[in-house]
Amino acid sequence: MAAKTINITLKIWRQKNSKAKGELKSYALENVSTDSSFLEMLDQLNEELLTKKEEPVAFDHDCREGICGSCSLYINGRAHGPETGTTTCQLHMRKFKDGENIYIEPWRSAAFPIIKDLIVDRSAFDRIQQVGGFISVNTSGKTMDANAIPIPKSDADKAFEAAACIGCGACVATCKNGSAMLFVGAKVSQYALLPQGKVEAKQRVQNMVRQMDEEGFGNCSNTGACEIECPKGISLEHIARMNREFLSCLPPSKLHEAQNFNNS
Amino acid sequence: MSNSSILKSSIAKKYWMALTGLFLCTFLIGHLLGNLQLIFIDGEEGRRSFNEYAYFMTHNPAIKILSYLTYISILFHAATHMANFWWKVKFTQEIPLHTYKIESKQEMNIPKGQDFYYTHVPSIQPIPKDTNSLEEKGTAIYYKNTNIKIADGYIDLHKVVMTFFSKSNPNAIFGVLFYVLSMLVLAFHLWHGFASAFQSLGVNHAKWTPIIKNLGKGFAVFVPLLFALIPILIYLNN
Repeated sequence: MAAKTINITLKIWRQKNSKAKGELKSYALENVSTDSSFLEMLDQLNEELLTKKEEPVAFDHDCREGICGSCSLYINGRAHGPETGTTTCQLHMRKFKDGENIYIEPWRSAAFPIIKDLIVDRSAFDRIQQVGGFISVNTSGKTMDANAIPIPKSDADKAFEAAACIGCGACVATCKNGSAMLFVGAKVSQYALLPQGKVEAKQRVQNMVRQMDEEGFGNCSNTGACEIECPKGISLEHIARMNREFLSCLPPSKLHEAQNFNNS
Repeated sequence: MSNSSILKSSIAKKYWMALTGLFLCTFLIGHLLGNLQLIFIDGEEGRRSFNEYAYFMTHNPAIKILSYLTYISILFHAATHMANFWWKVKFTQEIPLHTYKIESKQEMNIPKGQDFYYTHVPSIQPIPKDTNSLEEKGTAIYYKNTNIKIADGYIDLHKVVMTFFSKSNPNAIFGVLFYVLSMLVLAFHLWHGFASAFQSLGVNHAKWTPIIKNLGKGFAVFVPLLFALIPILIYLNN
């Protein structure tokens, strides 16, 4: 089938830095191939802007195959655009109509401050990971083969489903409260379901939830928008598991003082 | 993480919201069963039955403890939500649907402000003289020709409610409309809140979660509907 081209008008959020005032600017873009990806379309726009000696639009991208979590973009009011279960880099221009106005905004959350244009600072997720999103294993030559521990298939499947989270932040951008509980729930679940992760489970959930709160993410009101917009289909089930894990740390008299893994 | 900070964490707040919310759901059921006497039991028997219920609710020590637990739950439930609300105002500039102020009043079945205190605080007001089914023996009040002691004086709540919602009161229609509207708000809140409480407590199961969601939707429809029918039927029949 021959490639088709469309003409579109882009309404893109432009903001020089986190302090500057941003605004939506219009750009007419012609002869966009419907076979091109959304990011390729933005590349085409930037080439035109550079030709005109204008400032190109800054946006995040890396793998362009839906696994790195770098691309973001709020497209026509939806995180990662109109296609469900798809990252922005996997979204193609065939999903849009000729003559359509396409609104492109950055993730909006207090915990994700804008760096420039469509790029936001998602290092809050990194800091949450750093306080517990891992297991401590002796790697001095006596490391046990992970496959030597039998794990029920259902648990392995659920852990794998949780591990599919790419940390893109669509859940936060979509949530009316700016909550990161789907992300943290997925990370907590990923380890809590496996024997290797159970050892540090209590400290992990406490530390990650504490860091999540300190980063300024909002609370979860269980409306489930995050689950719908998550490009990897992470389920609310993982938030429930995180809640159970956290509950298992109560009553406070039985709490272990949470350890800072970096210092232990 | 210290003990105090774990209790202030975002997830601990979810537990509080869930537990107080579910407790208030049981409160709704209890209050509904009591209030339904207003429309299902007619005449003097209905008056006696409802006033006995009201007297029991205001004088029984266990109920008294439960009522304070209810007040605390409502305050905590609303305060926790308010904290989230202010967070949203501060960080996201969104305007959320916020219903607690109205809901908390209606859960207590308040036709108007003053009556709330009559319902929940022991009253020493004398019984109205036109209550023919009652008689005074010394300082105490009994049902006529019985040994059932009512109190040393109380307000006839059945009459208060019936009078307020009857057509003889020119403001009754506004009271009915406000009550019905409030129940609509409560229904919307319960539509999400009932199942949400279980999710917050970590209950998410392939088989049970759909059942809980359907049960919550049923609860959200029937409980506010029955509450709303009470003033409507009183208005239409009086």
